[in-house]
Amino acid sequence: MFKKFAPSTDIAGHTPIKTSVQRSIRANVLSQWKIEPETLEAIWPKKEGLVHVKCREHVSIYTVHGEPLIFQHFDGPFYPTLRLLHKYPFILPMVKVDRGAIRFLLAGAHMMCPGLTSAGGYLPPADAALPAGTPVAIHAEGKEHAVGVGITKLSTEEIRAVNKGVGVETVTYLGDDLWALQTL
Amino acid sequence: MGKKGKSSAPDPAPTEAVDADAPPAAEPVPPVVVLYCGVCTYPPEYCEFGASLTRCKEWLKEEHSDLFDKYYSEEALQTKVGTLSLQAQEKLEKDMAKKEVKAEAKAEAALKKKMASQIIIKRIERTKRKHITSVFGLEAFDIDLKKAAKQFASKFATGASVSKNPQGLDEIVVSGDVSDEILEMIENEVGILKGIPADNVELVEEKKKKGAAE
Repeated sequence: MFKKFAPSTDIAGHTPIKTSVQRSIRANVLSQWKIEPETLEAIWPKKEGLVHVKCREHVSIYTVHGEPLIFQHFDGPFYPTLRLLHKYPFILPMVKVDRGAIRFLLAGAHMMCPGLTSAGGYLPPADAALPAGTPVAIHAEGKEHAVGVGITKLSTEEIRAVNKGVGVETVTYLGDDLWALQTL
Repeated sequence: MGKKGKSSAPDPAPTEAVDADAPPAAEPVPPVVVLYCGVCTYPPEYCEFGASLTRCKEWLKEEHSDLFDKYYSEEALQTKVGTLSLQAQEKLEKDMAKKEVKAEAKAEAALKKKMASQIIIKRIERTKRKHITSVFGLEAFDIDLKKAAKQFASKFATGASVSKNPQGLDEIVVSGDVSDEILEMIENEVGILKGIPADNVELVEEKKKKGAAE
C-alpha cells in the first residue's frame, strides 16, 4: 500500500476530525486491537485531536501531533503504523515468516503460505485461529521486532491446509515510504 | 438497591477485570523502546537486509558495541541462519552484497546530480520600476520551499510564496527586487539555506533590462 508514496503528490489534505468521529474511531480501535483504554490514552490522549490525512486511493492516515499512528484503507480495519507496533507489540496478533521470506517482505511482497507454515514460521495454534481479514503483525524468524503489518487473506487454518499462494497480504513493511515518513 | 434507570450493565467492575488481564486497571503499559539504526533507520537486527550493511555495522559498533556483539558475533551469525539451507543463505548474502553496491552507486549519482544542479534567481519586471524575484531549484538541496519562502518574507518584509512556474515546477516568488540580497543570503547560509555551493547560483534578468549580471 505504501510501496510508492510521496507526500507531495499522494496527500490530498489534512483535516482535524470532529470529536464525535474521533470517539467512534477510538471505540473501533479499542474493539479491533488488543489494547487497554489506558494504553491507548497514553498513545493518543483524549485532549489531543486526531488529524485525518487523506491520501490517494482511499487511504486515510490519522496523526497525532504530526506523527502517523493509525491508518486505514476505505472503511477497512484500522492498522497501527509499524513504529507504533514496535512500541506496543501486543496490539495485533502475531504471525511469523521464515528467514528466506524476509528479503521479499522487505521488497513489499505479500506473504505466501509456505513461508508461514515452514519450520521458521509461526501461525497461531488451532484454538486461537484467526479468520480471514484480520490485521496481523508480521514477525520474522530469529528477530525480535515486527517487520511488517499485514492482513490475513485466508484464515490461519486455511493457510495450513492450502499451503499455497498468498496467505497474508502485506500492508506496510520496514523501509517502505510510510516508514520513511516520520512526521506529516 | 438503587439501580439507576438505564444502566443495564450488571456492574462494570468484572468486565473490566476481564479486559485488562495483566494489570488490574488504570496503568498504561509502557512502550517498548526500540533502537533504530542511525544509518538505515531499521532496527539493527534488520540492517543485514538493508542496503548499507557495512556502514550500519560501523555505526552500531561505535554507538552500541554490546548490541554489535549480540548481532554480529560468530555464534550469532551461526544461529541466525536458522532453518534456511546453506545454499539459500549463500545466495542471499550474495544478493545483499550486490544490492549494497548498487545502492552506493545510486547514492553517489544522486549526490553528483545534486551538486550539479543549478539555482536560478530571476528578476522579473512587472510594471515600470517594479519587480518580482523568483528563486528556482532550491528543492534540489533539500530545502523546504515553504519555510524558505517564509524566511524571505520575514527578512525582506514583503510577500513571498511558493508557486508553480509554467513548467509545473515549484519556485519561490518574492515581491520586490531582492535578487542580490538572496544571493548574499545563500552565500552566507542564512537560516535554512544551507549546503548550497555559491557557484551553482545564477542571477538572471527577464525582459528588456540591461545584460544579465553574474
